[in-house]
Parts: sequence; C-alpha cells; structure tokens
Amino acid sequence: MAARFDLWTTLTEPLIRQNPVTLQILGICSALAVTTSLATALTMSVSLTVVLTLSAGIISLIRRHIPDTIRLIVQIVIVASLVIVIDQVLQAFFADISRALSIYVSLITTNCLVLGRTEAYARHHAPVPAAVDAFGNGLGYSLILLIIGGLRELFGRGQLFGWQALPLADAGGWFTPLSLMLLAPSAFFLLGGLVWAIRALLPEQAEAPEHEPPADVRPAE
Amino acid sequence: MTGLWALFLSAAFVDNMPLTLFLGLCTFLALSKRPESAIGLGIAMTGVLGVTVPLNWLIYQGVLAPGAWTWAGMPDLDLSYLSLIAFIGVIAATVQVLEMLLDRFFPAVHAAFGVFLPLLTVQCAILAGSLFMVDRAYTLAESAVFGLGSGLGFAVAVVMLGALRTRLAYADLPAGLRGLGIAFVMTGLMSLGFASFAQMAVSQ
Repeated sequence: MAARFDLWTTLTEPLIRQNPVTLQILGICSALAVTTSLATALTMSVSLTVVLTLSAGIISLIRRHIPDTIRLIVQIVIVASLVIVIDQVLQAFFADISRALSIYVSLITTNCLVLGRTEAYARHHAPVPAAVDAFGNGLGYSLILLIIGGLRELFGRGQLFGWQALPLADAGGWFTPLSLMLLAPSAFFLLGGLVWAIRALLPEQAEAPEHEPPADVRPAE
Repeated sequence: MTGLWALFLSAAFVDNMPLTLFLGLCTFLALSKRPESAIGLGIAMTGVLGVTVPLNWLIYQGVLAPGAWTWAGMPDLDLSYLSLIAFIGVIAATVQVLEMLLDRFFPAVHAAFGVFLPLLTVQCAILAGSLFMVDRAYTLAESAVFGLGSGLGFAVAVVMLGALRTRLAYADLPAGLRGLGIAFVMTGLMSLGFASFAQMAVSQ
C-alpha cells in the first residue's frame, strides 16, 4: 500500500506543485514555440511524454551498465533514436502537423526536460518509478502547453481545435481576434502570468529578490 | 556579398533565436541573472555556433545527404534520417575539443566560461542552428555566416536581459512575480521590441 502511495505522489507531484515548466525551468523552448494552436500543442505534448517515459524507462533499465564518464553521450543517443522514430511516425501519418511543428520535434532531443529527468531521477531509480516520474513530468508539461495553446488559439483566432468557439466580427459575430496572441511576445506574457498565478496560490514557491539595492544610496559611478 | 550581410543581420536580429524563435530559452533564463555570466554565455554561444554549423554542413553534404554516395556507386542511398544523431555527436565533440583547447592555451578564458561550455551540448539553439541549415539549404559560406549571426543575436539578447535583471533591485515586485515570472514578462517586452526588426527586413 505504501509503495502504491509513493508511486501516486511521484505521478501527481509534477502536475502543479513541482511543475517542470513553471518551477524547474525545464523544456521552455518547445513549450512556447508550438503553442499557437491546440492541435500542435497536443501533438507536441504527446510526443514529448512518449519520448520522456520511454527514455527514462530504458535508461533506468541499463543504469548499472552505463559508465559514469560517458553517460551523457549514451543518454543523448537513446533519446535521439526515440525522437527519430517519433519524427518518422509523425511524417508518415500526420504530415500537416509535422510540417507545422517543423524542427521542433527534432529538438525534443535537446529538450532539457528529457535530459534533466534522466539525469536527476532515472539514473538512480528502478524502471517503474522512473517511468512513472517521467510520465508525471510529461503530464505537467502537457498541462502548461495545453493551457497556453488553448488561450492563444481562443483569443488569437476565436477557435478551439479549429472549431469556431467565438463568432468572428468579419463573419457577422462580435469577436475581433487579437493578432498579438499569435505573435511571439504573447507566449512570454502568458507564461509569466501563469507562473505568477501558480505562485500566488502556492506562496512557498516565490523566489527571494535576485538583487538587493545597495545599502547607501549614492549616484552610480 | 550583400546577400551574406543581409543573412547575417536577419539571423542576428530578425530571426533572433531566443526572442522570436524561442530557442535556447532554458540557459537564456537561467544564466541571465548577472551581466557577467551573460557575457560569458554569449561568447561561448557565438563560438560554438560559428564552428558547428559549417562543420555539420560538411558532414551532411559529404555523408548524409541523398546522393552523397554516388561516387561509391550508391546513388539511391539516403542517410538523412541519421542527421539528428550525427549533429548531436558533432556538437558534443566540438564542445569537448573547444574546452580542451581553451584549457590548454587560454586557461584564463576557460576559467571565465566555467560551467557554460559543457552545458552547450544540450542547448537547443545550437542543434537548431544545424537543423535550420539543412532545412533552408544553405551553402558553406552561408552556413558559417548564419551560425555567427545567430550566435551574436543570442549574445546581444542575453546580455540585455542580464543588465535589465540587475536593475530589478529597485523594483518592488509582488512576491509571486519575482524571479522567473518577471523574467518572462521582460523577455516578452524585449521580444516586442525585436519584432520591429521584422519590418526592417520587409522594407529592405
């Protein structure tokens, strides 16, 4: 019973409390680049979760046989092979989405989230907890991606998954799309706001100020 | 010649890696707390991108591209699906060699870089440089210029953010927004500023 409880915590902890994107600063690049619509965000989330879970499981299985000095290379090669498989599958069955994601699927290889979790967790734990932890982190990442993707698609185009949720002013409705939502800056603003919201709910996550003003106030030389 | 110069400017400013393409954000945010570390990261990025993109061009065109083995009687061989592993290997090796060379000949510079160099192996911006090079079919000269330009653009952006973050000492922020939150908002504002370079490219 205790073991099951531990697995459950390992799975749910990264969803909000230890969220990889908003707290651990892992995997942000792809999180922002692919969130102009829900469909690309969902594809990216699924691909990343699959790669993350499989690579954590495999690395954990052979963790006693990897020499410490070359472990980064071994881990990257395993991750890169999985990413190549995912990339080929996407190109074969979801050609449109694969084109929309362009190089960002290949960039899962260097997504710090994957390497971060294998370094920090999978290397020291048995395969099952490692895979569960990776799956939980994948879900936490997907949650953020879907929230941001949903907001950007809803307010940028008035759509959800391509379905017109808000009637556009051009088509006789009342909603005027905010084109800023489809540009790069809005992703940063939304993620900043999301971090703020989570830390307002969980005040223990707030950071100390990075820089203190100098004690004696003199004009800077 | 003007073509190369335009490519350099567009790689550095119009398609700025962290601000408009969202690449390399993890190190961009983690190492921009102080301007000194930001400068070190910027120089290292420029060096590694300037070396790996042309190097990967040679490897891609010589070994991996469709038809690269025509001289050996295998014109149909297409190894381009292996490019991901090849590029990562080249990047890891370059970073390692660069680190050893610096350690041997310029120990002071090596000490200044500290932990940044090995980290660059898993930097998405560097891998992206090579992937864009294949995607956009650059020539050797273009890929070298593109690598240097994107590295310089990254350096400019990260140093600017580092300088801005030290000024936050004088701002009274809400507790939840401190650190990561405000860094995102500031990056967003910088990204808005860099968006104006896109107009420059269009009017050219």
